[in-house]
Amino acid sequence: MGRHAATAEAQHFTTVSRILHWLTAILVFTTLLVGFAMVSTVSDYATLLKIHKTLGVVILAVVIIRVVNRLTHRPPPLPPTVGRFEHILVVTSEMALYALLLAQPLVGWAMVSAAGHPVVVFGSLRLPGIAPVDVDLYSVLRETHSVFAFLLVAIVAAHVSAVLLHSVTLRDRMLARMTFRLPRTRSQQARQVRRAEPAAPAASVE
Amino acid sequence: MQNRVTRALGGVPLDRRRVLLGLAAVGGFLAVDLGAVLYAGGWVAGERLTPQGFMDAFKRVYGSHPGFRRNHAKGVAVTGYFDSNGAGQELSKAAVFRQGQTPVVGRFSLAGGNPNVADMIDTPRGLALAFGYPGGQQWRTAMLNLPVFLDSSPQGFYDRLVASKIVPATGKPDPEATARFLAAHPETVRAMTVIKAQPPTSGFGDSTFRGLNAFYFVNESGARAAVRWSLAPIGKAPHPLPRSGGPNTLFDDLIRQIGSGPQQWKLLVTLAAPTDPVNDATVAWPAQRRVIETGTVTLTSVETERAGNARDINFDPMVLPDGIEPSDDPLLSARSAVYAASFRLRAGEHKSASAVNVGAVTL
Repeated sequence: MGRHAATAEAQHFTTVSRILHWLTAILVFTTLLVGFAMVSTVSDYATLLKIHKTLGVVILAVVIIRVVNRLTHRPPPLPPTVGRFEHILVVTSEMALYALLLAQPLVGWAMVSAAGHPVVVFGSLRLPGIAPVDVDLYSVLRETHSVFAFLLVAIVAAHVSAVLLHSVTLRDRMLARMTFRLPRTRSQQARQVRRAEPAAPAASVE
Repeated sequence: MQNRVTRALGGVPLDRRRVLLGLAAVGGFLAVDLGAVLYAGGWVAGERLTPQGFMDAFKRVYGSHPGFRRNHAKGVAVTGYFDSNGAGQELSKAAVFRQGQTPVVGRFSLAGGNPNVADMIDTPRGLALAFGYPGGQQWRTAMLNLPVFLDSSPQGFYDRLVASKIVPATGKPDPEATARFLAAHPETVRAMTVIKAQPPTSGFGDSTFRGLNAFYFVNESGARAAVRWSLAPIGKAPHPLPRSGGPNTLFDDLIRQIGSGPQQWKLLVTLAAPTDPVNDATVAWPAQRRVIETGTVTLTSVETERAGNARDINFDPMVLPDGIEPSDDPLLSARSAVYAASFRLRAGEHKSASAVNVGAVTL
């Protein structure tokens, strides 16, 4: 029991990591949707823009905390179902995702600055500009912001698809590394053991 | 084959049911995820009014003029300052209303998307100002020399724009399209009556420019008051100089006036009564409403549009300091959205020289 519990623990991200992950997921998905919606509406543009800027600053703060957390905490090992080539893909896409999540709010902040607009978040908090006022720079940053948004949509879609394929098709409990579990009944635990054993003997049981 | 696949996946045996379940899970997720993105971005639901729809309409009506604003394309940059007398503090805590001076950059313009159009006396004239640009507490406003605006809604503006397209054969808008538009928009008919009763002045310099949309002023104690603002010319004898008569006659006059000395306007703030509409720019507030004179705008220099001056400012009416807040007038959000789309397009385009060339005007 004790050994099993320890092994199970090693297969999970820490609670803080998991909270940060799902918080980022909700924030990023919402901010992307608000962003796409706001540039395609005239009636709700002003309201959505305010929400979008505030969410962007919150994401920036959360992602900075996440980077620190990631550098100070080793993630659990990947399931044995992840081959050598896929391992490289996983590491590269994780780094690309972190880089994009950091860059996108900064590009947004910089593009508002380059347009000479005040950067207003949380209703009335005015942030300083982080780029010189310059229309050409604004244009580059504005187009970059859109490209990054589509890249984020693509990488997030690939990330979730890969985890779903692993968890559903290979039954390697990839998703379970990041989820929170409710207290289980004895029969559920027994089912879990029966199901997990033949498929992935190396994976832990609870 | 089967063996190679399973080995690549870490020796896990694959069964068809599991593969199909996995693909179904991925398919279901992608349908929801990408469906949400497509819906949010307006790529699936047709009909709604979008900033891109306005860009397309401006192009259809006025043609393609890369590098210029999609509307109010013809203009000239100015600079100066605002001297506040402190009276505005009664209504707004905005720093610009404290006694003292705030630098101002601005732009005079003519309505329409053709940057080379000949000046006409009855084309609506614009004056856009940015107080304290580019500081954190800046205030941007784009005003017109009209007593009321022609439209109360973004749809009204869009429909009027589309109906105003010139038919090449007649050189005029299609009368049937105009009639259809006016029948659908009685608010515009009423606004046109008000506008006709106050014919335009002889030029930019003696024009009164009005913000038209209502805003809320919020003072130090948190009291909110619905207001509209306007700029009233000071000490202008109408028609002070001989007209150039050319295609830039209004701009030439303005350039000579500012060249001969600073031009001044009083910044007036009109308070709404509780019964006055704050979300309908086509309706004038009664003349007896209380008006506060908050100070004087002085324009001291005029400059051809170029990189770094007012050419590169988006005079977004939602750029407001603490102490000024937007009303629920639907035109405000729409102006903000459409100006942003225009700004994004022209920022990425090659810039041609403005038809208004200050250096070419002899004083």
